[in-house]
Amino acid sequence: MDFNDTPEEAKFRSEAREWLTANARQRDTSNAKAGVSTKSEAERLVRAKEWQVKKAEAGYAAITWPTEYGGRGGTSIQSVIYSQEEANFDVPRGFFEIGLGMCIPTMMKWATPEQNERYVKPALFGEEVWCQLFSEPAAGSDVAGLRTKCERDGDDWIINGQKVWTSGAHFCDYGIIVTRSDPTVPKHKGLTFFFLDMKTPGIEIRPIKQISGGAGFNEVFFNDVRVPDSQRLGDVGEGWKVSLTTLMNERLAIGGGSGVDYEELLKLARETELEEGPAIKDSNVREKLADWYVQSQGLKYTKFRTLTALSKGQVPGAESSIGKIVSGPKMQDLGSFAMDIQGQGGILQDGDESPMGAAFQNQWLGAAGYRIAGGTDEILRNIVSEQVLGLPQDIRVDKKVPFNELASSSKK
Amino acid sequence: MNFDFSDDQKMLKDQARKFLEDKCSYDDVRTVLESDASHNDDVWQGLCDLGFTGAAIPEEYGGLGLSALELCVVAEELGRSAAPVPFSSSIYMAAEALKLGGSEELKQAWLPKLASGEVIGTFAAAEGPAAPSPRNTKTSFAKGKLNGRKLPVPDGETASVAIVLANTGGTGEQAVSLVVVDLTQSSVTRASIETIDPTRGHAEISFDDADATLLGEAGEGWSLMKRIEAGAAVLVAFEQVGGTEAALNMAKDYSLDRYAFGRQIGSYQAIKHKLADMYVKLELARSNAYYGAMVLAQEGADLELAAASARISATEAYRFAAQECIQVHGGIGFTWEANPQFHYRRSKLLALSLGSASRWKNRLVAELEKSNVA
Repeated sequence: MDFNDTPEEAKFRSEAREWLTANARQRDTSNAKAGVSTKSEAERLVRAKEWQVKKAEAGYAAITWPTEYGGRGGTSIQSVIYSQEEANFDVPRGFFEIGLGMCIPTMMKWATPEQNERYVKPALFGEEVWCQLFSEPAAGSDVAGLRTKCERDGDDWIINGQKVWTSGAHFCDYGIIVTRSDPTVPKHKGLTFFFLDMKTPGIEIRPIKQISGGAGFNEVFFNDVRVPDSQRLGDVGEGWKVSLTTLMNERLAIGGGSGVDYEELLKLARETELEEGPAIKDSNVREKLADWYVQSQGLKYTKFRTLTALSKGQVPGAESSIGKIVSGPKMQDLGSFAMDIQGQGGILQDGDESPMGAAFQNQWLGAAGYRIAGGTDEILRNIVSEQVLGLPQDIRVDKKVPFNELASSSKK
Repeated sequence: MNFDFSDDQKMLKDQARKFLEDKCSYDDVRTVLESDASHNDDVWQGLCDLGFTGAAIPEEYGGLGLSALELCVVAEELGRSAAPVPFSSSIYMAAEALKLGGSEELKQAWLPKLASGEVIGTFAAAEGPAAPSPRNTKTSFAKGKLNGRKLPVPDGETASVAIVLANTGGTGEQAVSLVVVDLTQSSVTRASIETIDPTRGHAEISFDDADATLLGEAGEGWSLMKRIEAGAAVLVAFEQVGGTEAALNMAKDYSLDRYAFGRQIGSYQAIKHKLADMYVKLELARSNAYYGAMVLAQEGADLELAAASARISATEAYRFAAQECIQVHGGIGFTWEANPQFHYRRSKLLALSLGSASRWKNRLVAELEKSNVA
């Protein structure tokens, strides 16, 4: 039992590290604020596209993709090793993950060879950015309850409706979208899937301001948006099946977690005086610190177990499903508790006055969203209990009922 | 990355599991619960015969000379079956204490017998309902004689040898030492004592000028005990992981079997989410236990930290799984005839056997402070 690479893994790691050293700047770990870019999003996108070209040319942009699509034809463990190494460098992130992780794999499975010829490489080289249009105001956890409709019009389809929580829609070139083609059949059966040009007339994009102040997501409105039938993925009414390809391709969530953790809480507890003395001597603080340390370590070594399976060429066990169930509430609770330690001053969200640039306050606000995004705590527990433990699905009152006869918030 | 047990270790685990499934059903555990027996001797003899007791004892002392990892996989299976045997007292505590601090003479005297199971060993620290400390250890050792009273002592009725924490007159942490005592001498009296988990026998032991021998140096008892506890914490964590998985499976099976309001109770989210939470805690505990095992086997410098993490994580997982297993069962789970009680009892016993979670959290943070991780 050890954490060592196999000889092949070690060789790949050193190649990746060598390439990164030659092409990127080492991350400055001494400064908590380092790596947080002050540049505008447009400037960061330009930089990210430049980096993506280098990465794709060197064969690191899509390690597990087949070579005919410009990938390396490598293994999952190589992909993880590259990510681990890249995490030590200050490189742009956050623009291509959804496109390359979810949209393009869906295209590869469902689009024509000519379409893949046209779209895959430009996405890989960062020339075109993709987004995913699934969630709607009335379809979050129950995404198959979506209402954006498509109607056939000759060789085209006309799309009307609204999508929400679309990351990056405002800088994306293309998107994949699931819509309702037939409301007279049960909800999973009446869906049809397309890809589309985000500059198509009739698409309107508005940013959503979050409680944390940021606006990384958008609402996307569709008013008589015309899409050619050739851009349909899968058969009419088979959109749910296509959606599952997208959802199953959610990137293997490996790599360091973000945000403040027990190290920062320990630092805060050492530096903060409570009425009775230093916070680090307070038994309540110590118990909490130990609990979060143990959770962090547990998640870290759970990932190591997953990596071990990948390293041996096995399919990872179900243990990898626990990550966000643990990390979401932990981020929120740890942020909240660290604010408690700061007493009345804990309400300050001031980059200069608040400890560590208000990192705890920012995390407390942001974590409320993290517990919802990409599967709520509750949906994730359903997934664990049904798919890992084999418990029965909830009784679905909507399973056999035509979509247009279902109860909803507006029609009870 | 090779963060897993080897195929040989997994085979050993399977062997332990098959033996225990066969010989140590809940009915076999129940025979101890419902009798005055301190343990189930058939199960114990079987484990000794299979060589599990001697797995991590060096060959020159009659063991198999394998590593702590082999003990860990056996421990998980012992925990899964809530085995009513003195394995932890005799092996994780007494044998490991002798391996770590014993003179050649002491090792020769006791390790071969512990390895074969010919004698049972134990470790006696507590003196009643308070956490042991150098300050509150009243049992004393001077001029080769031990005097005082220890309780609860696990397997104290059946053990032939005990490692005892005793005051030897120093100050602070140096006030205490560990001594080895033959419990069969006439100056030792013992009586069974009632606990929350009668499937594991416990006793009160009094020493009245009993002959004893120092284990390690005088005054180093506290630090040596902490090192012994750290190793045992990892092994017990594997028992707790096994017990957690058993309680989760028992609750899951019942939730699929039991119908209420016209459907399986396992189809209600209140139950599903509870079981999902058990699973999450189980996997965190397993991962922390694996790391503890690796560090213990490599005798790594961060054993204290790794052991505390394994113990805290596994204690929490087993606590939650065992108590919620009864809850999922509803009324039947509270009856004497049903099996969830075995894990409810055992989870609390193990949670306290090496000191409470609070104590270990304090130990963990003390290590974090030292390591200057911030």
